[in-house]
Amino acid sequence: MTEKLFLEVVTPQKAIVSEEAEIVVAPGSEGEFGALKGHTTFLTSLKIGTLRYKDVNGKERYLFINGGFAEVLPDKVTILAESAERRKDIDVERATKAKERAERRLAAKTADTDLLRAEVALRRALHRLNVKQAK
Amino acid sequence: MATLKEVQSKIVGVKKTRQITSAMKMVATSRLRGAQNNMEAFKPYAGKFAEVLGSIAGKSGEDASPLLVPRDEVKKVALILCTSDRGLCGGFNTNLITKADKFIQSELDGKDVSLICFGKRGRDWARKQPQSIEDEFIGVVGGNVEFSVASSSGQKLIDSFLSGAVDEVYLVYSEFINMARHTPTIKQILPIPSLEEVAQEKEAEKDAEFLPEHICEPSSDALLGEMLPKNIFIQIFDALLQTSTSEHAARMSSMENATKACDDMVGELQTIFNKTRQAGITADLMDIVGGAEALKG
Repeated sequence: MTEKLFLEVVTPQKAIVSEEAEIVVAPGSEGEFGALKGHTTFLTSLKIGTLRYKDVNGKERYLFINGGFAEVLPDKVTILAESAERRKDIDVERATKAKERAERRLAAKTADTDLLRAEVALRRALHRLNVKQAK
Repeated sequence: MATLKEVQSKIVGVKKTRQITSAMKMVATSRLRGAQNNMEAFKPYAGKFAEVLGSIAGKSGEDASPLLVPRDEVKKVALILCTSDRGLCGGFNTNLITKADKFIQSELDGKDVSLICFGKRGRDWARKQPQSIEDEFIGVVGGNVEFSVASSSGQKLIDSFLSGAVDEVYLVYSEFINMARHTPTIKQILPIPSLEEVAQEKEAEKDAEFLPEHICEPSSDALLGEMLPKNIFIQIFDALLQTSTSEHAARMSSMENATKACDDMVGELQTIFNKTRQAGITADLMDIVGGAEALKG
């Protein structure tokens, strides 16, 4: 039996997750990292991406994280995200549409396209779909 | 003296008004509950963010972010004014607007002030002012405030601060202290008041628990650079939440007062009504008695 750490995912609108986890894997800005109990204290910013963790029953859970920060303490991980969605809350249709729209915009590449914005939108959409489709 | 009918119809009118005010009070009460829940839901995020920010702020120098550097000469100032969209909440909006107006007249005298208005009441006032309206957001305060509103408007302000279009940014909002107290407050958000202040403010909030040194990735300065703009969004969001909550609390208490005033008025009118009726009866009796006396004689 592995030791547990406490995972909290909070957004300005509400606390999304507050439970024990065996392992937490988060998309750090310098690369994805995993945290187990006893991890050294660590602070990082997060990219848009997928957060996964194994809950007390050993079930893998996935969350979409829209950037933010993570604070890792030996027995606790706190994720401060601007927004985060559990798998069941993700709107596939909307994400698919957003993906198509962003792809079109990137493909068109006219002078007034905000490339950065389109890219961010695409990344968000892809990760949302990714979270939804993960096993 | 008013006739019976007139008094009667006044009573009916006041009673109808009372019905409306008491219904509005109930609506305000339930909205207030929602707004307070939103504030509660935001607390864990804000608290944790402040804690983390405080712990890395101590480690970074003044030059960590251009957002910290005050301008030598302040010419252009942006003022964010949070008010409600709707009236019937007592002096709530007037208080906020007076506060902002006084501040502009005294502190910002001679500077080029532009306004960013959250809420219709503040916007309507701003339209009559010489200051330009940079941006307006209607339908935000009092409803369900989205964080994205705070972050997109905050980002705009940061951009114009960095490009030199604005030298200072202030926030005028209603601080929610408790149900009966909410005071108009002014806060400077850009340039960010010195880091020590930020750190101290946070220090006071968190308990004595000692936070170990973090390993930071990327460097603590880079992290701070990322967190400071977020902190501004948080302040704006917080101001919007507090203003919304204050608005509903103000409306609730003013509607309660109105309902009470209606009750008093109905009571007074009822007395007049009774007196008038009694006077009528007495006059009628006198007539009858007088007539009977005359017949006898």
